[in-house]
Amino acid sequence: MTKRILTRLGTSVLVLWGAVTVSFTALHLTPGNVVDVLIGSSIVTPEVRAQIIADYGLDRPLPVQYATYLGRVLRGDLGQSYQLHESVATAIGTQLGPSLQLAGATLLVTVVVSTTLALLTARRRRWIRGLSSGLELVGVSIPTFWAAILLLTVFSFQLGWFPAVGADGWSGLVLPVIATSIPITTMLTQLMRESLELTLEEPFVLTARSRGMSDLGVRLRHALRHALVPAVTLLGWVVGLLVGSMVAVEQIFSRQGIGQLTLAAVTGKDLPVVMGVVLVTAVLYVVVNIVIDLLYLVIDPRLRSAA
Amino acid sequence: MRARVGVGAASAVLALITLAALAPGLLTGGPPDQADALAALEGPSAAHWFGTDANGRDVFTRVVYGAAPSLLAGLGATALAVTVGTALGLLAALGGRVLDEVVMRLVEVVLALPTLLLALLVITVTGPGTVNVILAIALYTAPSYARLVRAQTMVIRRAGYVEAATSLGLSQGRIILRHVLPNAFEPLLVLATIEVGIALVAAASLSYLGLGPQPPAPEWGAMLSGGRDYFSVAWWIAIFPGVAITLTVLSITVVGRHLQRRIS
Repeated sequence: MTKRILTRLGTSVLVLWGAVTVSFTALHLTPGNVVDVLIGSSIVTPEVRAQIIADYGLDRPLPVQYATYLGRVLRGDLGQSYQLHESVATAIGTQLGPSLQLAGATLLVTVVVSTTLALLTARRRRWIRGLSSGLELVGVSIPTFWAAILLLTVFSFQLGWFPAVGADGWSGLVLPVIATSIPITTMLTQLMRESLELTLEEPFVLTARSRGMSDLGVRLRHALRHALVPAVTLLGWVVGLLVGSMVAVEQIFSRQGIGQLTLAAVTGKDLPVVMGVVLVTAVLYVVVNIVIDLLYLVIDPRLRSAA
Repeated sequence: MRARVGVGAASAVLALITLAALAPGLLTGGPPDQADALAALEGPSAAHWFGTDANGRDVFTRVVYGAAPSLLAGLGATALAVTVGTALGLLAALGGRVLDEVVMRLVEVVLALPTLLLALLVITVTGPGTVNVILAIALYTAPSYARLVRAQTMVIRRAGYVEAATSLGLSQGRIILRHVLPNAFEPLLVLATIEVGIALVAAASLSYLGLGPQPPAPEWGAMLSGGRDYFSVAWWIAIFPGVAITLTVLSITVVGRHLQRRIS
């Protein structure tokens, strides 16, 4: 257990350090003077320019610049967006709310839907499984941004059921959540059904059945817990996927959020913001992975006794 | 039996799309940029199967001509990623412990960062365009190949025929080329087939965001991006390029999984 925690800690530090280094490298690989790259397309006074050079230590040797940058990030200073005229941390902070709302709702829907589907389809008749694996194949093949466009065209423009433009509240959340849920739900359903089918062949399931437990009871009380383990493992991957799909989905539904912020920064060459988003997501990834490890302990009691 | 029908249909779709990519003139009449302002935003009809866009260009023609750039991005990114990933994997497996640790930690870090975000970072640095999209996607897909090749090489290295080749005094390079790579090829091919679909979707997404080929190029993602303002009045602009992407990816996935089952 101690070894496990140490490994996790080591990997976490490595990932964070990697993200900082990738950002730093990107900054220095961008063609043009580093000061100009940081400023982007906005115009600043010579005083601000001098301030940037001092802040980033741009008149010093490269290793010193790297150390300076690393130190700033460690103190939580993500730098300044000269195009938005605010600090990167503020910009990300103000946009985080709507994105977390979308991400949270997506996770909830995904887990509920795929658990239900897996419970209903595992070891059922052939045509049920065939149908659901066919749908899953389509689900993983549809690009998220196109699913979003389809939903918008059909349900907002043609049928008028949902607002087309970034409304607040629940009605504005429905279509974006469906769009982001499709690929994750299909992946998760496949995975959970497979592990559920394996679990249903275990001796303890037979024991439960021989005690006269109903089929649904066996699935809910005994098998589900085991099917959750691979699903939890997938969670880290899901976070990365979500951040990516938010860029297109927020744009299509004209929602505020990290995705829109990132897209505007990429098209406007506002590198400090893009770097900031990369770093924040790396932190998120690390946190999620720690949560995953804790969830394992909750789900599987055998791991607890080992601790 | 049903599976065979699926694989057959998928292969037929892929053949058709390959034909569209190689010889678009065989499937459609006019050039993809031919605008007819009088026929703008017309729905699907006998003259325009998939309707026309805001500039009066035939959507069917543009979908056909869009096959080449769209496939190119997916295939190009995968080819580059396989090459770089294979090199890294071999380096890790055969280059000694220190190199192995360095390469594999690097792989782990890249795999931990969100994929699309990494691509966006690359494009912020390089600017938009097809080549840059290919570079960006290859950067984050290469690590999975590196992992696979490393694992394969570790196993193959201990195989009898490699020991025999070594004891015969063959050079390391020759052993890698003649014995290790051919044996690692099959799983690599399967992974690459499935990943082409994923790379294709990623490339289309980036194009949709306006970061890939610039207008008036008839790329599928870019077509959807160009039609954005007209989705409310002309659904066909939103539907057909997306159907083309989804069908292609679906077919690639079906064929890829078929290959996977045959190998395992």
